[in-house]
Amino acid sequence: MENRTIVKLENVSFKYDREWVVQDVNLDIQSGQFLGLVGPNGSGKSTLIKLMLGLVKPDHGSIHLFGQTLKNYQDWQEIGFVSQKANSFNSGFPATVIEVVKTGLVSRIGAFKFFNKKHKEKALEALRVVEMEEYAYSNIGELSGGQQQRVFIARALVSDPSLLILDEPTVGVDAKHVTEFYDLLGKLNQEQGITLLMVTHDIGTITEHATHVICMNKTVHFHGASEEYKEFSEEDLNQLYGHSVQQLTHNHTHHEVNHND
Amino acid sequence: MIESFLQYEFLQNAAITGILIGIVAPLLGVFIVVRRLSLIADALSHITLTGIAASLLIEKRVTTVNEWNPIYMGMAFSVFGAILIERLRKVYKHYEELAIPIILSGGIGVGVILISLADGFNTDLFSYLFGSVTAVSRDSMWTVLVITSIVILIVILFYKELFVLSFDEEHASVSGVNGRWIHLLFIVMVALVIASSMQVVGILLVSALMTLPVASAIRIAKSFKQTIGLSIAFGETSVLIGLISSYHLSVPPGGTIVVSAILILIMSILYKRVRAQQWIKGEA
Ligand SMILES: Nc1ncnc2c1ncn2[C@@H]1O[C@H](COP(=O)(O)OP(=O)(O)OP(=O)(O)O)[C@@H](O)[C@H]1O
Ligand SMILES: [Mg+2]
Repeated sequence: MENRTIVKLENVSFKYDREWVVQDVNLDIQSGQFLGLVGPNGSGKSTLIKLMLGLVKPDHGSIHLFGQTLKNYQDWQEIGFVSQKANSFNSGFPATVIEVVKTGLVSRIGAFKFFNKKHKEKALEALRVVEMEEYAYSNIGELSGGQQQRVFIARALVSDPSLLILDEPTVGVDAKHVTEFYDLLGKLNQEQGITLLMVTHDIGTITEHATHVICMNKTVHFHGASEEYKEFSEEDLNQLYGHSVQQLTHNHTHHEVNHND
Repeated sequence: MIESFLQYEFLQNAAITGILIGIVAPLLGVFIVVRRLSLIADALSHITLTGIAASLLIEKRVTTVNEWNPIYMGMAFSVFGAILIERLRKVYKHYEELAIPIILSGGIGVGVILISLADGFNTDLFSYLFGSVTAVSRDSMWTVLVITSIVILIVILFYKELFVLSFDEEHASVSGVNGRWIHLLFIVMVALVIASSMQVVGILLVSALMTLPVASAIRIAKSFKQTIGLSIAFGETSVLIGLISSYHLSVPPGGTIVVSAILILIMSILYKRVRAQQWIKGEA
């Protein structure tokens, strides 16, 4: 499969208020990769993803998706997304699981068209993949947190995206289903060629499964193959997670090179 | 009742208008309630009153045309209020709900001044506040019919978008749904439906017809579609019972409609209780 750049960030910086949350990020994500995005709490991972998806606008720099600028980007069915806050919805919301999963098809269906039987089948199929089919007609608010999370994963998968962006998707999901989830991701990536970008704090597991790792704290400190990341010494990691960024960028400028192959 | 219905045009107007708003008020109400915007309906109904007052004043002081239907001015003010609320919500990003009391009290304040300038504290005003079975003109009935048809059509056409936006705004955005545009369209529809409902239910009780049937429905319904169906059924039942008893008791329909809606709400709460108890017994 030919590799092409599907997400490109150039000199992207962003702040909510006064402090930079994302600073000077350059990133190049190629189709077919499975990337783990890691970094300490508050390091800007979720914000970086929101920038990529146009949920917040960069103060500096430019972002391209599938070769198009974010502003002109239309093919949202190509992207599946599970937000870190996915299950912070109004838990009294009167909707069934299948109704929620079908919303993942909104972009594929397009304006002025309606949900039909085929879409229902697709939604049930996506639920089967995450083993939630038996809950299809349950109320979404009445499920456990982990079960809800699996429903949101199904919603992201249902439109057959070619890029799947997952922000801590396995939080609250039990060990058995986490293992199955990683197997599923592996299959999606290897068999269907889906590009994956996943934020996680489970560095051990992600380096086992991902092809590439991005480690950030405001700015990208490491971007390269998983094997290389494993060699990234423990001392380096401690400093990345433990010390202030100024100190860090000062001591470790050599790690900021883009190891993208 | 049937005889008088066939005989008197005003009863037909009120009944048909009532049946129409019994559909659209709860239909939009479902989206309002799940998005926790219930108070917006109150703010918009109060600014509708300002429009009515302005219309009464113009009629009295400026023009000599005395057949100018105040419902149009009410609608114009309501839509204007809706757009203003959206603007204010952006100004007060972290206190979005502040927009509501600002518009609500502003509407009443200006309304009271306009009404007294028009010497309008009379029975006419009473019927705008609490509804009336005699005040609906044929003209308004047709206007309400047109608005109802457009609103139903738009909700059907944009059902997916309205639903995804109500459930998860972030996900709506990454689905390519233009949330701002859909939201504006929605709030303008709410404004129009409120102004339409006003003649039958009355300004002070319009929001009840949008929210009470939904409050009953979400106790019972599992799916979103079911919530919509039940809300409309409950809304329609309240309107019909309310109109008939209003006619027989000679009290404003606003009161009887809301009381019917509250009785339905109590029954739905009891129903849920009984169901839960049966379930526990079944388990034991
Ligand atoms: N909506 C917001 N308004 C203001 N500041 C925000 C907002 N969201 C995040 N921040 C700030 O931006 C910084 C980065 O937050 P972000 O959520 O991107 O971190 P993260 O890497 O995803 O962290 P975590 O691992 O905890 O999920 C934090 O300092 C946070 O306080
Ligand atoms: Mg995060």
